[in-house]
Amino acid sequence: MPPKRKSDAVIKVEDVGMDVDAVVDSGSEDEARRRAKNRRARPQRKPKRVSDDEEDEEDEDEAPKRRGRKKRAKSRDSDEEDEEDNRSVKSKGSRASRRKAAKEESEDESEDERQKKKKKGGKPVSKQEKEEQNKERKGKTKGKEGKEKEKDKKKKSGKFSSSSSSDSDDPSLSEGEIEALKEQVEEKKKLIVTLRNKPWRMKKRLVTLKEAQEFVEKFEGALGKGKGRRLYAFKVMMTKKLIKFKRDFENFKTACIPWERKIKEVESHFGSSVASYFIFLRWMYGLNLVLFGLMFGLVVIPEILMGLPYGSIPRKTVPRAEQATAMDFSVLFDFEGYLKYSFLFYGFYNNERTIGVLQFRLPLSYLLVGVGIFGYSLMVVIRTMARNSNEGGDGAEEGEFTFSWKMFTSWDYLIGNPETADNKYASITTSFKESIVDEQENQKDENIHLRRFLRVLANFLILCSLGGSGYLIYFVVKRSQEFANMKSEDLSWFEKNEVEFVMSLLGLVCPPLFETIAELEDYHPRDALKWQLGRIFALFLGNLYTFLFALFDEVTAKLESEKAIKNATEWALKQYVANYSAHYNTTNVPPPNVHPADVIRGPCWETAVGIEFVKLIVSDMQVTYLTILIGDFVRALLVRYLNYCWCWDLEAGFPSYGEFDISGNVLGLIFNQGMIWMGAFYAPGLVGLNVLRLLSSMYYQCWAVMCCNVPHERVFKASRSNNFYMGLLLLVLFLSLLPVVYTIMTLSPSFDCGPFSGQEKMYDVVMETIEQDLPSFIGNIFTYATNPGLILPAVLLMVLAIYYLNAVSKGYQQANLDLKRKMQMARDEEKNRRNNKDSTNQVMKDLEDLLPDKSLIPPPVEEEQEEEAPPPEVVNKKGSRSPKVKPGAAGKGVKLQKDVSLAAPNPKAPVTRPPGPRRPPPGNARGPQPGSGRGRGRGGPPRE
Amino acid sequence: MDYTNDPDCKLPLALIVNMPELKENPFRNRIVESFSEDGMGNLSFNEFVDMFSVLSEMAPRELKAIYAFKIYDFNVDNYLCKEDLEKTLNKLTKEELTPEEVELVCEKTIEEADLDGDNKLSYADFENMITRAPDFLSTFHIRI
Repeated sequence: MPPKRKSDAVIKVEDVGMDVDAVVDSGSEDEARRRAKNRRARPQRKPKRVSDDEEDEEDEDEAPKRRGRKKRAKSRDSDEEDEEDNRSVKSKGSRASRRKAAKEESEDESEDERQKKKKKGGKPVSKQEKEEQNKERKGKTKGKEGKEKEKDKKKKSGKFSSSSSSDSDDPSLSEGEIEALKEQVEEKKKLIVTLRNKPWRMKKRLVTLKEAQEFVEKFEGALGKGKGRRLYAFKVMMTKKLIKFKRDFENFKTACIPWERKIKEVESHFGSSVASYFIFLRWMYGLNLVLFGLMFGLVVIPEILMGLPYGSIPRKTVPRAEQATAMDFSVLFDFEGYLKYSFLFYGFYNNERTIGVLQFRLPLSYLLVGVGIFGYSLMVVIRTMARNSNEGGDGAEEGEFTFSWKMFTSWDYLIGNPETADNKYASITTSFKESIVDEQENQKDENIHLRRFLRVLANFLILCSLGGSGYLIYFVVKRSQEFANMKSEDLSWFEKNEVEFVMSLLGLVCPPLFETIAELEDYHPRDALKWQLGRIFALFLGNLYTFLFALFDEVTAKLESEKAIKNATEWALKQYVANYSAHYNTTNVPPPNVHPADVIRGPCWETAVGIEFVKLIVSDMQVTYLTILIGDFVRALLVRYLNYCWCWDLEAGFPSYGEFDISGNVLGLIFNQGMIWMGAFYAPGLVGLNVLRLLSSMYYQCWAVMCCNVPHERVFKASRSNNFYMGLLLLVLFLSLLPVVYTIMTLSPSFDCGPFSGQEKMYDVVMETIEQDLPSFIGNIFTYATNPGLILPAVLLMVLAIYYLNAVSKGYQQANLDLKRKMQMARDEEKNRRNNKDSTNQVMKDLEDLLPDKSLIPPPVEEEQEEEAPPPEVVNKKGSRSPKVKPGAAGKGVKLQKDVSLAAPNPKAPVTRPPGPRRPPPGNARGPQPGSGRGRGRGGPPRE
Repeated sequence: MDYTNDPDCKLPLALIVNMPELKENPFRNRIVESFSEDGMGNLSFNEFVDMFSVLSEMAPRELKAIYAFKIYDFNVDNYLCKEDLEKTLNKLTKEELTPEEVELVCEKTIEEADLDGDNKLSYADFENMITRAPDFLSTFHIRI
């Protein structure tokens, strides 16, 4: 058996090889011929050379380079000595023949190269032909001498060089000869380089390599440039170094992406949908880092470093009344006390126009940063969306080879670590499951009317419940306004906290309700997630609305009380001045000497708003973390350990483990970011707090999801672009932009706190700067630019541009779609063509089968057929169908069945399920029966 | 094993498969088998070098495709038929997919890549598919 198997293997290699590298067949012939020649020419040197070459091969592969090179050099020296000996001993004639042989070899070799380049196989070209071709080529390159002459000369030159190669360089060599030699040497070198790319067994490669190297060595010596090998080794080394450098650089780049490994791990177990949340979280973290940098770099740090220290002015001092409790934890926890009068909040900042030696314009910077945060966020969100949509795809695979690629290229052969391997197994399984879900969705045959009806019904139900909850919120808020006018003693606890109660109840009830209703719709889970996100988003808008409503109430109340206090202080100041000047009879009144803690001050509504936002963020964080801890971790613990002593299976039954709630988490993140955007203007410290929060929730949620959640029942592939999340984020950004811009533009800032105190409006800072610090023409430009006559056309222009770009992009989309369809059609057509050929061949086949029984023909004939078969295969490999793929053999193709039934009633197989009886069982295909040969379906007729 | 005196010796499959580069690979047996001349997985030195030469980064796509095909061809019939695919899939997923899912995946794979409609993948099909795979080159190599 072993010898048989061996020959099989050889055949196999060649079979396989032929498809790729058309030369192999002829190459092997050449090989044999060459080997024979070699044996004739110099049998005595073979073993040594082989070992030498092995050395080389090893060197090329991975061995320590230096040692290899040294040895090689040494062996080369000894070779050269050998050569010399040979030369002196051997007769000139034998030498000449040897030369000739070498020449022919090289010619064959070059032919090989050319053939390979052309990718054109065919029967091995006869030697004569080859020589012809070779000559032609030579003629082309030289272009001046006749072919015959050239040939002769070359032969002669071979002799010459051999006779004269002992003295290193021979000036008598003509230019042309040297050229020819150089060319051959180059070809050999190329062979050496590409040798490893050939699908040959090592032995064959070694022999070829040896010959090529010998040739190169000799003739390079003759041409006086013996550096070829060293240069080659150097080149190889450099390429390796380059590859390694590139690889390291890639690794470095990957290592620089924060949490990449964590996310990959989550992805491998929970699928890309859960991972998409974490990727979104990471993106958000990056965005917030930039916002943090802006805020702290341009506002907070300058104020801390260059502004007045704590306790120097009233706004930076805790009032006397609060000082006793200012350091209590409960007070600090509500962001009162020292925290309220710290750099965290708006009120802390001074209204000095410039601070420090750098003349830093803090108020201006504060306003610009506050607006700039929005500008930057908008830009980044939109840019990311645009880039993502370039990447395209809503997650559905559009490639033609989804499953094949997953099957054959998903395992990374580099993996050598058991843990990584486990992750990889999990991720491959998950990705297969994702694709299977997609596929099942595609295959689902649906009753379209029922489905439509159900979807409309579901949307109706959800709209109803959304409307209901919206009305409920509106009602409750209105009632709470009424309650606010009543005395708080008259109200019960419930009435006081009605809004919060209703809001959290809605937040608790609605999402599961929506999810249940969404079952009706039976969308693909990816689309279902989008719908769910949109609906809960709408619900949460109510949340936002109530919050802002309450806030504006508070602000207006504060503004009124502030007005009163402002009047009172102004009155007091005036009185003080009057008293002072009356008493001392001077107009030069020093400011009243009051300790900053005792100064009467306004309520500073900006700080109040900031505190509201910070409190909201903190409480939100607590709620989220506690929910995870209790809802996931404790539940998982209970399920895991109570399961031993419980009456039903907890793990598979009711409580089970939690699933990761993608929609809830994503929306939480988005609304959190909205709060940050709104609050950042009033509480510069909020951005820093948020960075901490995102950082901690990254680790915490990664841990929680890995340790106490189970993957979704239907793991689905998330859309590659997070554009739906981004869209929601953009909407929230826009919504949160409105109130901030409104307050900046319309409300007047507090008179005694914050960077804008003393101004009528906050944006007056900009006007002031333009008027005072910039050259006057800029002010002029500004006035022109704000002229409505200019703004209106500009807006019109923009609208037109938007319209135009939109139309263009629509056009592109359409073109894209068309192209895709065309590609698909082309592919289908090709498939059909092949299949049709099959079916026509089927007819031929059937006809053939009707001929006298083929199986009676003795096997050798069949063998010959087999032998003849390969070349055409090679020829039309790229073209249409190769003959080895035989008929109809059980087409699973779409059209095939029809074709078969059209073409000829196949008596042997039922049309409904073509079983392909022609194919011998693959296991013993190459076994004892030679007739059935290589599973090509070319064997005898099917027996039934 | 005395390599200096007997350079023709062969390493058995069990030994090679346990080297750290291959230990975690689900196809380790197939890799070694497809590079061994006797088909049983015993490698001579040359074959061993051959194996890592093909799996090195320097090897070109065509060469890798040929050997990848051989590796995935479990029953050595020069075609990837359904049972080959099933074996591949089960090795890749540690048999965590249900039989129906396996069936579906194998069918889809053949449907995608099979150009000549014979319900199994010939090398031409495989090559056509694998040359377009974006990460074939980056995954099908081993560094030693």
